[in-house]
Amino acid sequence: MNNQRAGLLAIGLMLLGTSACTTVKEYQKNRINDAEMELSARKSEKFEQNFYLYREGAAGANGGKSGGGCGCN
Amino acid sequence: MKKICISVGLLLTMLRAGHAQSTEKPAYEKRKLKFEEVNIVSSYYHQDGNNSAVTGGIGTEKLTDLAQSFDLIMSKTDQKNRLHTFAFDFNIDHYTSASSDNIDPLTVSSASRSDTHVYPSLSWSVNNPANRTTKGVALSYSTEYDYKSYGINLSFAKASADNNREISVKAGAFFDTWKLILPPELRPEGYGSGAHGDRDPVAYKPRNSYNASLSLSQIINKRLQVLLTVEPAFQQGLLSTPFHRIYFRDGSETVERLPGSRLKLPIGIRLHYFAGDRVIVRAFYRYYIDDWGMQAHTVNLETPIKLTSFLSVSPFYRFSHQTAVRYFAAYGQHSLTEKYYTSDYDISGFNSQFIGAGIRMAPPGGLFGTGHWQSVELRYGHYIRSTGMVANNITFLAKIK
Repeated sequence: MNNQRAGLLAIGLMLLGTSACTTVKEYQKNRINDAEMELSARKSEKFEQNFYLYREGAAGANGGKSGGGCGCN
Repeated sequence: MKKICISVGLLLTMLRAGHAQSTEKPAYEKRKLKFEEVNIVSSYYHQDGNNSAVTGGIGTEKLTDLAQSFDLIMSKTDQKNRLHTFAFDFNIDHYTSASSDNIDPLTVSSASRSDTHVYPSLSWSVNNPANRTTKGVALSYSTEYDYKSYGINLSFAKASADNNREISVKAGAFFDTWKLILPPELRPEGYGSGAHGDRDPVAYKPRNSYNASLSLSQIINKRLQVLLTVEPAFQQGLLSTPFHRIYFRDGSETVERLPGSRLKLPIGIRLHYFAGDRVIVRAFYRYYIDDWGMQAHTVNLETPIKLTSFLSVSPFYRFSHQTAVRYFAAYGQHSLTEKYYTSDYDISGFNSQFIGAGIRMAPPGGLFGTGHWQSVELRYGHYIRSTGMVANNITFLAKIK
């Protein structure tokens, strides 16, 4: 239960941080548009995500599968 | 003379008209399908441990997997200036598994010793810049020796007017079928082995999975952006693996038995920060809970460092902690009175760590002077699980644009 609270608290704090955002114009996005800044898992992580799906019970919310489509957990 | 003047005048007029026709843009411009990129990913994975579910929670978990992926992305802009993106993704992996070989230990090399998993998918999305929306559909298929799957996924995304925020919704379903391969000592009379050439029948059972996803991405400032994802999933059907053995306290044996449904709720947050001019921090955290009693926390931290404008190294570290599902017990620890039982250590309680690094080269003019070969990436990671299982994974990626 403590773990659950800690997780929700961490997400809550991060969400609170988003309220402090500023408008960023297109010409100011050179760093945001960097390939390494893309808000998704890397293509090279594709098969790593597959083995997590087989070797661990928790899945989803990371750009990979959340179950189904394979004989995995 | 008058006739000649009229003829020359007409000819000049025709030439001018012809010239005008060839230089002026038509009202409708035909736009062709454009090649965007191809990603080729190759991976080698090897694991070893001593808690195989096939032999009831003891025995070798040795497994080697060679995987190959090829994805092609093409696009086309239509008459209404909407961008259509088409993606074809073809994946194949071939594994050899010592533990799967133990499904039928009496054979020298059983059908389950190795398998090839093929899973292609097709997707189509339409981005409309006028209303900043993207709609998409994807179809997938997957086949293994004892498993088949058909999947569909729908998606919708809308960006804010300043393109600093986007909300996206996805919904998907997988319709899967298991071929029930049982350990030989537990097969009823007349039940087949599932091997090629065995004409005795085997049973098939369905497993359906439904998932939804809600994501919100936000640019916080010029260096920081976040993504929050909530992705509930519901599975029903055969969720146990038919060839996983269970040994009870009294020494008797059966196969794994798990509930016919499972509700999962993962919540993930991704935070990417560009620190200074050379370092990027890619942080990910996920909280997971399901109705089988499992809770998990996963943290992933990766810091790409730009050594030069075209060379970067990316050390990474991932830590995950999960509690066991309430139906788990080790070898010989289950009681005959229990309704559900598993000795699969993948859904037991453990901590896991994955540590490694990647190196990426992306010269401005392309690799080896070829403009199309945009980048290559090599990535290695070592995985350690507190149950004693260890694994190594190496991945190579080539991007062609």
